[in-house]
Amino acid sequence: MDIAINTGNSRYQVDKNGYYGRFGGAYIPEMLYPNVHELQSKYLEILGDPSFQQEFEALLKDYVGRPSPLYFAKRLSEKYKAKIYLKREDLNHTGAHKVNNTIGQILLAKRLGKTRIIAETGAGQHGVATATVCALMGLECVVYMGSIDIERQAPNVARMKMLGATVVPATSGSKTLKDATNEAIRDWINNPIDTHYILGTAAGPHPYPDMVARFQSVISEEIKKQLLEKTGSEHPDYVVACIGGGSNAAGAFFHYLDEEEVKLVAVEAGGKGVHSGFSAATTQLGTIGIIHASKTLLMQTSDGQIVEPHSISAGLDYPGIGPMHAHLYESGRAQFLDATDDEALAAAYELSALEGIIPAMESAHALAKLKDLPLNTDDVVVVCLSGRGDKDLDTYIRNMKK
Amino acid sequence: MQNRIDQLFAKKQHGVLNIYCTAGFPKLNDTLPVMTALQQHGADLIELGMPFSDPLADGPVIQDSSTKALQNGMSLHTLFTQLAEFRQTIHVPVILMGYFNPVLTYGVEAFCAKCAEVGIDGIIVPDLPMAEYENEYRPVFEKYNLHLIFLVTPETSEERIRKIDSLSKGFLYAVSSSSTTGKDKNMNDQQAYFERLKSLQLSNPVLIGFGIKDKATFDTASAYANGAIIGTAFIKAIEHSQDIDKTVETFISGIIQ
Repeated sequence: MDIAINTGNSRYQVDKNGYYGRFGGAYIPEMLYPNVHELQSKYLEILGDPSFQQEFEALLKDYVGRPSPLYFAKRLSEKYKAKIYLKREDLNHTGAHKVNNTIGQILLAKRLGKTRIIAETGAGQHGVATATVCALMGLECVVYMGSIDIERQAPNVARMKMLGATVVPATSGSKTLKDATNEAIRDWINNPIDTHYILGTAAGPHPYPDMVARFQSVISEEIKKQLLEKTGSEHPDYVVACIGGGSNAAGAFFHYLDEEEVKLVAVEAGGKGVHSGFSAATTQLGTIGIIHASKTLLMQTSDGQIVEPHSISAGLDYPGIGPMHAHLYESGRAQFLDATDDEALAAAYELSALEGIIPAMESAHALAKLKDLPLNTDDVVVVCLSGRGDKDLDTYIRNMKK
Repeated sequence: MQNRIDQLFAKKQHGVLNIYCTAGFPKLNDTLPVMTALQQHGADLIELGMPFSDPLADGPVIQDSSTKALQNGMSLHTLFTQLAEFRQTIHVPVILMGYFNPVLTYGVEAFCAKCAEVGIDGIIVPDLPMAEYENEYRPVFEKYNLHLIFLVTPETSEERIRKIDSLSKGFLYAVSSSSTTGKDKNMNDQQAYFERLKSLQLSNPVLIGFGIKDKATFDTASAYANGAIIGTAFIKAIEHSQDIDKTVETFISGIIQ
């Protein structure tokens, strides 16, 4: 397990100014300059340090339980008439891919001498993963979470508290992930010296999109090895991942970005339908702008006010996407689809029934598009099963009765 | 015509009072009455906030005023309509303050052209970084004689302050502490930083903002800089005002009398 350091001259990786094509950058107020500049100037050196890599690998192996299995889903394959593999990020400690990034960032924070950690969370998976590594390292942890998400993800709120984190409700705006991120950024402005912000997705100011993608790139690194072992080729025909901000998709796509024979499919949250007014399908509904200090695609009014999105999944309920994904969309390197709330629910029940795996609501969006891909029986499809569904049981139980 | 901000600092170097108010707040059509009252009762500069859904650098009071203004129906188009003839009655320099996204969506050049047309003198965009301004947008702002005013903070290095000073026009906005707007931090702790700023002998005038709320804090800031900026305290004062003119008169007389 290596953190990807040399990414060469890829068309799809970040450039030296922090941009992916015309997307990215760091549109930060001056108050954040010292913190962000420190990260920009040090992150590659720290990530490249062999002792850092050793520590990172050891924790991923013995603490997180990596490598996560690549599981051939036999009954799902029969149903969709293709060879479908699930990358089991749901089996990680804390139940999702989020921990790959929080392990990396907490080690980075320690090397920067930071003593206090802040994070935002939507579904609570990133909050739990951050609270976990803070407990592990004995650092103070404050997690911002939209007050609506606090209601719909109660088990994860309890987990964070048990792990010793302070959970602060974000009550501004839409009271979801976007607003939790605003509050975390405001906290960082007010605590410029001792605090590191563990941003959970491949969004935000440079270098976060790149840093998070590198920590998550372990997903596609493992897929390559495991697929080679199982099929004789490290190249699947499709890699499918759900996308809110885009961290699991960034990790699942990372080592395939320049291998254009591998089709990359990102599935956004269609909510109640893309044109229903209740959606989070950013590439379809968005235009270029600035959200959370990054120039990217986002959902906004004609007056440049950021729109409140909707998704049944708190983790995808975000009006933007990371700048790398905006570039993958615009360049055509990745195909962007959307799954509605109902399609995702159906896919979650189906995976549970066919394979005995209850997926996270977010991951169910990726599974929901298997039915829409033009699959041949020989096609190898890897779906990133980014998290497990324990946190979504209330939603699943409520909708079963329908 | 010489920029009104430069005209102001040419004749007044001490105790310059800049008051911030969110456009379209507390009511949609209060923008001009508030500006008129501010000029009438002694504000030297007016900073008008362009409301945004996600104001990252602002504390709860200015956030709420922004939300309220948006609910009132404020937008950049509406603001420019309200400002169409304001120069017939208002002669003090006026600065627009807001976040980059609405400006980008409006179109940077169209925005600058409109500002020049109605008579705006300067712009503060806290999330437009110096490098992006320098590489991409500076010629547009300069073409329309709009001063882009940058922020410096206690954590900004001397080298960077000098660079910011060289790119800024009008004045430098010295944030009194590393915080969002409206945080109550002890001004005495910041005096070393104010001293340091003063000793740099920068080419632009300096106004201190964030945490300035009354006569005492205004006087302290004015002792080190050319003046100060009041935002949150003013928003609180007019939030429930029944008589804008009277409220503004009382507020300003409490600061500069």
